[in-house]
This record gives sequence, C-alpha cells and structure tokens, in this order.
Amino acid sequence: MSQFVQQLVNGLSLGAIYALIALGYTMVYGILRLINFAHGDVYMVGAFVGYYLGRILNAGAASSSPSVLNFFLVLGGSMGACALLGWVLERSAYRPLRKAPRLNALITAIGISLLLENLGQLIFGADPKDFPTLVERTSLSVGIVTFSNIQLIVIVTAIVLMLGLQYIVHRTKMGTAMRAVSFSHDASGLMGINIHRVISFTFVLGSALAAAAGILVGLYNPKIDPLMGIMPGLKAFVAAVLGGIGNIPGAIVGGLIMGVAETLTIGYLSSTYRDAITFVILVAVLLFRPTGLFGTTARAKV
Amino acid sequence: MSTLLQIDDLHVSYGAIRALRGISFKVDKGAVVTLIGANGAGKSTLLRTISGLLRPKQGQILYWADGNGGSEQPCRLSDLQAHDVVRKGVAQVPEGRIIFANLSVKENLQMGAFTRNDKAGIAQDMDYVMSLFPRLAERIKQNAGTLSGGEQQMLAIGRALMSRPRLLLLDEPSLGLSPVLVQTVFATIRQINGNGTTILLVEQNAHMALTTAQTGFVLETGTIALSGPCSELLHSDDVRRTYLGEN
Repeated sequence: MSQFVQQLVNGLSLGAIYALIALGYTMVYGILRLINFAHGDVYMVGAFVGYYLGRILNAGAASSSPSVLNFFLVLGGSMGACALLGWVLERSAYRPLRKAPRLNALITAIGISLLLENLGQLIFGADPKDFPTLVERTSLSVGIVTFSNIQLIVIVTAIVLMLGLQYIVHRTKMGTAMRAVSFSHDASGLMGINIHRVISFTFVLGSALAAAAGILVGLYNPKIDPLMGIMPGLKAFVAAVLGGIGNIPGAIVGGLIMGVAETLTIGYLSSTYRDAITFVILVAVLLFRPTGLFGTTARAKV
Repeated sequence: MSTLLQIDDLHVSYGAIRALRGISFKVDKGAVVTLIGANGAGKSTLLRTISGLLRPKQGQILYWADGNGGSEQPCRLSDLQAHDVVRKGVAQVPEGRIIFANLSVKENLQMGAFTRNDKAGIAQDMDYVMSLFPRLAERIKQNAGTLSGGEQQMLAIGRALMSRPRLLLLDEPSLGLSPVLVQTVFATIRQINGNGTTILLVEQNAHMALTTAQTGFVLETGTIALSGPCSELLHSDDVRRTYLGEN
C-alpha cells in the first residue's frame, strides 16, 4: 500500500510536467487544428535557457548557495524566452501557411521540430548536461509517504500556472477571444477580433508553459540534452489526445493519468515498459474513445 | 440623402468560379436596402467581401463613416481586413448566425463589443440589446449552444449591435425560423433602423425583404438583374414570378 501511494505521488509530479506540455498542444490544436510537433522541442529550449540562467545566477551568488529566489528568476526568464520563441515560430513558420492546406502546416511543424533539435545539438552540444542546483533537495515525510521538496515545488508550481491559465482563458477579454476563435475564425473576425493576434497569444502562452515544464524537469531529473523533448513531447501529445484534444481540463487530467501510469508501470512491471505504456494508452484511446475523455465530437474548445 | 456605402464594379472569384461579376450600387445613410436572389446568386459573397473576409479581384468598396458621400475622404473597405472593417462601424450578422456555441450569451455579446473599451457605453448597449430581445436577458448566463434557433438569431443580431455599427449587414436573418419568428425578427430590424442604424439586408424571403426595405436589388448569377424602389419591385412581373411565387 505504501509503495502504491508512493508511486502515486511520484506519478502526479511527473504527470504535472506532462500536463503543462499537453496544455500547449491542446490550445494550439483548439485554435488552429494543428498538432504543433515542435512543441516538445520548445520545452527542451526552456530547459536549456534555465540551465544557462541558473549557472549564471549560481556563479554570481557570493555564497553560491542555491535559493528559491533563483528558482523564480530562472522560471520567469525561461518562460519569457520561450514565449518569445513561440511568437517567432508562429510568425515565421505557421502564419504564412494560414490559408494553405492543413497538412502543409503539420509537415512544417515536424520540420521546425527537427530544426530545433539539430540547432540544439549545434549550439548546446549533444552531450547531456547537469541542470544547476537551484533548490537543495530535502526529503519530507507525511505518514507513510516520503517525497522530496522538489516534487512539492513541481506540483505547486504546476497548479499555480494552471490556475493562472484558467483565469486568463475564462476571465479575460483575450481568453474569451481565444475561445471564440477556436469556435470560428470567420465569426471572430466579424466581431473585430484580430485572429492573428489571438493565435500569436496562444503560442506565447503554450510555449511559456512548456518552458516552465522544462525548468521543473530540470529540478526533478537534472540531466538535460537537446533531444530530451522528443519523448515527453510525444507523451504530452498522447495526454492531450487522452483528455480530448482541444480541451484544457482534459489536457491536465490526461497529463496526470500519463504520469501515474508511467510510475505505476515502473513500480510494478519494469522500467523497460515506461515508454511503451504511453503508446498502449494511445492505441486504447483511439480504439475505444477517439474523442478522448472530455472530448466532444467535432466541436472543439480551447 | 448622403451616401454611406458605395460599391463600384465589384468582381469576386473563388478560384476559377466567378461569384460576383461587376456589381455596383449605393447605400444611403439611414436606409434599409435589400438584396434578393436565389441560392448561389452571390449574396453572401457580397456581404463577406464588404466585411473583409474575401478580397475582391477587381473594383472597390467605399465607405463614408459619417455618411457624407463625396465631401469627405472615403475609406476603402476593400483594402481592410475583417477586424478593421468592424472598427470602421460595419458589423455583420452572418448566414447561419455562427454564434459562439461554446461561450455564454453574455460572453457572446461581450465579443460583439470586442473593439470597444468604453465600459459605460458597452453596458448601455447591453441594456439596449436586452430591451430589443428580452429573451436573451433571461438566458444571459446560459451557454449559447443551448439556445433555440430563434434565440440564436436574436443573439447574433444583438452581438452585431454591440459594436455600435453605423451599417449593419444581415445575411438571411429569416433562415430556418418559423413564420411568427420571422415577423418578430423583421419588426426588430425596422426598430433598429428606426434608431438610426443603416441596414443592408440579404434575403431569400423576398416578400418580407421588399416590404421592409426602401430600395431593392435583385442579384442573379453574380450581376444585378433588377433594381429600384421596393414598391416597384413588388409589382414587377419578373420579381413576382421568380421570387414571390405568383403567376
């Protein structure tokens, strides 16, 4: 029993990271009907921006002792940098294809993904790097469960960001416009909504969340490399499909389920199957519930 | 009367298909002008082009924001994108309504006022829309997708009014509504016009359209086949035979 609860806690912190990435997939799909396959690589860039920022901050600190302040600086800096990256990608790669067949944009997304992976290897180097220690790892025990302060930080940060997203999407004018554009581009244009700006904003939001996931994974599992985005990107995509692509709460629930499924597989079967379970879930969803847990037919939401 | 909108020799194509083949007409400030015609005549294409959703291949659309046709510099709507056309004061109720089914009634109306920042004015117009359509007030928090067809049409009209347009384009507001509701919708259109909004109405229900508007145009395969005061069109043999189903 204690092992089960333990794996559940591990799974939720891993799943929170998948969920943050899945949100970007699902928002972009909701608004453009585009699977942005470069999204996992934006997460990788986020981790690397955090890596360099963290090293600079740790080197600059006289005592070179890790601090929570540094964590927030790294998180904010990386989210900002990737927000900019997302904006540039949308502007330069996807916007010129707005009127082209959807397949063109999909293939472009795969191209951008390969470009980012190879640029990453060129610029950052192909060898794995140790993510700088931003927060000293300590263990906390509650009853039978032991977890690290890092896991706590991952889960709390993810929850705060998700609540922030929920606020933006449901309580602000821009968020309401996002939902409107996801329903109909033409009708949104007739309301005076600049759909290009709304689409840019969606990429900015999604990329910032992916960057946050990159920082959290750096804290949690501190080996990063330029191809680290591929597998989590795929898993987050499956999470978005599992929740019903285009659906925000679905992406969160899907991400958490994926994380828990993975740690339970590691705990009870073998860590060899940790990636396989992802695709078992994907096949099962596509066979039995193609619209996902919260998906509705055709009518997609952001 | 002063001109609000002037369309000169407008050509619009979908690839090789020529949907509009040289349309010219004027809309005077304060008027109700109607375009009638069969399916595929190019009515919706015309409204979509005025709203900036389609680009003309040839010709231009001129608009005088304060309806001074000629004396002030006109704005070329045909150069603007859809969201900028709304800012100039031209709103459209699209064919099939396209209300945002995933938003609440209130959010739909707020999206109608997307271009505006004057909170007091928006609240005032929200009240105006509620006074036109009391049913919407009862359902303000409801998801717009749950509304009936008639309520959705009311919401679509209310949503367009929220931008406080000078010119309102209506694309087949009677589509799919019961005869009683059609009467209600047209009564509201007259009321909106009475409050000072110029209206360009596209309809297949020729009788309702010609009895509501002052000037009418008959569109046939992308060209204007007939035009004139509605009272005359109602008595024209061609119109009676083709669009009013009389012998």
